[in-house]
Amino acid sequence: MGFDASYTAQKFKSVGSRPVRPDGVDKVTGRARFGADFNMPGQLVGRILRSPHAHAKIKKIDTSRAEKLKGVKAVITAADLPDLTDGNAEMYDILDNCMARGKALYDGHAVAAVAAVDAQVARKALKLIKVDYKVLPHVTDVDEAVKPKAPLLHKDMFTGGVDPKPTKPSNIANRSQYGHGDIEKGFEQADVIIERSYKTEQTHQGYIEPHACVASVNADGSGDLWVCTQGHFVYRQHCAELLGLDVSKLRVTSSEIGGGFGGKTHVWAEPVALALSRKAGRPVKLVMTREDVFRASGPTSATSIDVKIGARKDGTITAASATLRYSGGPYSGMWAELGAMTAFACYDLKNVRSVGYEVVVNRPKTAAYRAPSAPMAAFAVESAVDELAHQIGMDPVKFRIKNAAKEGSKSSYGPVYGPIGIGPTLEAVKKHPHMKAPLGKNQGRGMACGFWFNFGGQTCTDLNIGADGTVTLAVGTVDVGGSRASLSLVAAEELGIPYSQVKAVVADTATLGYNDMTDGSRGTFSSSMATISAARNAIEVMKERAARMWEIPVENVIWENGQAKAKGKKYGNLPQLSVKDIAAAAGNTGGPIAGHSEIVADGAGVSFATHICDVEVDPETGATKVLRYTVVQDAGKAVHPTYVEGQYQGGAAQGIGWALNEEYIYGEDGRLQNAGFLDYRIPVCSDLPMIDTQILEIPNPNHPYGIRGVGETSIVPPLAAIANAVSNAVGVRMTHIPMSPPRILAALDGETAD
Amino acid sequence: MPGLAVSTTINGDDVEFLCQAEETLLDVLRDRLGLTGAKEGCGTGDCGACSVIVDGRLVCSCLVLGAEADGSRIETIEGMADGETLHPLQSKFLEHAALQCGVCTPGFLIAAKDLLARNPDPTEEEIRFGLAGNLCRCTGYDKIVRAVQDAARTMKGV
Repeated sequence: MGFDASYTAQKFKSVGSRPVRPDGVDKVTGRARFGADFNMPGQLVGRILRSPHAHAKIKKIDTSRAEKLKGVKAVITAADLPDLTDGNAEMYDILDNCMARGKALYDGHAVAAVAAVDAQVARKALKLIKVDYKVLPHVTDVDEAVKPKAPLLHKDMFTGGVDPKPTKPSNIANRSQYGHGDIEKGFEQADVIIERSYKTEQTHQGYIEPHACVASVNADGSGDLWVCTQGHFVYRQHCAELLGLDVSKLRVTSSEIGGGFGGKTHVWAEPVALALSRKAGRPVKLVMTREDVFRASGPTSATSIDVKIGARKDGTITAASATLRYSGGPYSGMWAELGAMTAFACYDLKNVRSVGYEVVVNRPKTAAYRAPSAPMAAFAVESAVDELAHQIGMDPVKFRIKNAAKEGSKSSYGPVYGPIGIGPTLEAVKKHPHMKAPLGKNQGRGMACGFWFNFGGQTCTDLNIGADGTVTLAVGTVDVGGSRASLSLVAAEELGIPYSQVKAVVADTATLGYNDMTDGSRGTFSSSMATISAARNAIEVMKERAARMWEIPVENVIWENGQAKAKGKKYGNLPQLSVKDIAAAAGNTGGPIAGHSEIVADGAGVSFATHICDVEVDPETGATKVLRYTVVQDAGKAVHPTYVEGQYQGGAAQGIGWALNEEYIYGEDGRLQNAGFLDYRIPVCSDLPMIDTQILEIPNPNHPYGIRGVGETSIVPPLAAIANAVSNAVGVRMTHIPMSPPRILAALDGETAD
Repeated sequence: MPGLAVSTTINGDDVEFLCQAEETLLDVLRDRLGLTGAKEGCGTGDCGACSVIVDGRLVCSCLVLGAEADGSRIETIEGMADGETLHPLQSKFLEHAALQCGVCTPGFLIAAKDLLARNPDPTEEEIRFGLAGNLCRCTGYDKIVRAVQDAARTMKGV
């Protein structure tokens, strides 16, 4: 059945309300089961041995003493994970990251693993594994890595996207370019040009729940995996491919997930746990320590970005260009490319060009982090835009409004925009009382804009109607922040029944068709579209059943306010039938009632936000306090406004941490120096003020309810908004994130900020 | 190694267990007693996800040895509700959507309960500093602070 996803304006009953989430009570009573809260009978404890070197050839691994230790049931190395990737470079990198093959590429790279009867024995066993390394020169800094004499990570890495292909290998995996127009001509037309270089340091997603799984592989080649993940179907695919299992025989159940933010979008230790289980013949539970999480999972790119923007005195930007270098850890990625695509997406530009370079370094494999790559590009561009506005003598909000992209603008990354929210968020900021709040000594205000694409993707949903008329909604997108509540609201809305009669669950991979993972802010967008489609299919079934119950043609049955009604003079006096009535009769009218949906949720509407921030900088210590913070963002339609606000606030808080404090610190030896929450300090409650939010609703024309993804955009503007605020407070332009006290003091002293 | 015999009271019930000298109270609660409400976010006392109350004192159970708990009275998240009736903090956390992923929530609830026991009428600043030992990466703390403020009002009967 064709499904029309186009937007129709309507008055909502359930959507837009703020009920308690269905998984709430379990989560406040300690009953919710996260990755590490699950056990299988006879399970062993898995532990991973990691390289202490940033870059080293693995000459030999001797596991014999560990294998002989009482209580050790399996020891594995890369030899137990043979390469089955068949030329798929991306999967090969994931395999190599799970277990080093010949070379350790960063401090923390897995080299061997054990499964033992308990944690004590497993820890002892790790100490008995002897790895013979030949330490190689390393490079951890993105700017150092691109220098001609930098140590090479891969002798066969020749920069892609360059014509002709380079003759010498380098640490630049790929070059990408976006834009249109003639920037040279554009800069000639400019009265004022700002040209600056910026740096941002590497941060971690910082989810509070470390990666955890329980894996069981049977002798018949079937397996079970319990895991905290943003996408259990994707994990199934990865694990089956890497271990040579049939996809259908590996059942993956997603646990409750204790935060992901992009860091749980591809496998890290799960194939290792499965390989250990296969070798030991018993289930294996593998939980990362916090140190493992920092050293060997997740982090975002460190970046180095050059920006040049020119404008006429009337405030029109005539040309903009950027060169972006993003670290990807030791493997190629598309991080700089995403930066290049998003850098100028907020503006309507005649002449624009952005060039991205993917740089490999001896650091952990970069993973997506909430609107991956966009915050750093926005930091650089929005800092330059602010400076340009100041130089022209124009209010920074008005300057942005003058240049903002609108419906019909050709975006800097190619597509032409439909109805978008950048202009409205700026207008809302202009009118916001925050902009008039008084500022004191050493205080400054900054604002900045942000963009994220949003994603749709493959989605499958089942809606089952129980015998009592209540509804179970089985979705395949992992709930990372309240989507089960939102999706229950959507099902209730569509069926015309109360929210309390719908229960949404996340189904495992054996009971539902494939779903892409919860990334790209797609959870609520795509699964709500699939839910609407499934509910409409169920309504069709219920209309048929009502027709049978009434013994009238189905063409004479309509669905209104959760009831089947007979239409026409002939049948008009038949009493309405509720979902409950129809469900109760199901056994006699054709059996169980369900609605299914399998879709590719196209048309995720792009997302824009504008943030305002006030800070106070202590000139003695260089410490920055965030005084006020306001997020204005377009949600298309806020299904559960409280959880939309939560996304806005959470992204802002992560951005504040990134802007002011968080960074990976490496020693000269290439080892990570701050692999713990004490030294890698994320914002705590006393660091932050209340975070004010304003939800705008500019309907997405490609969704029946107008919904847009809301999860990621909120982390895009903070780096720039805070940098602009700090720069305004101290009177010196800050160009290096995080703006930690030493960097601010150095900037105040007029030294290079390092 | 033979285990150490430990006698405790957990959420009002007498509980005896054997543990190794190196096992933390968190290990014991989670792996030996099946009380997985307390979470291990760091194992170094930095995140507060493993917060429990031992003899009236808020602690990170990852920093207490299981054997140290001998003879003590322990309160965990599993004992916070009174049967079917949620504690006001639990209700207000749900009402205010003070959780997203929920993994830090048990620790926050235990820490907030301890805070309100010591200071039934805290200012926003006192709440923020009182809960500064608990990390949340999802919410930005705004809704957590509001939930605790509202629970404090409810508990005072205002």
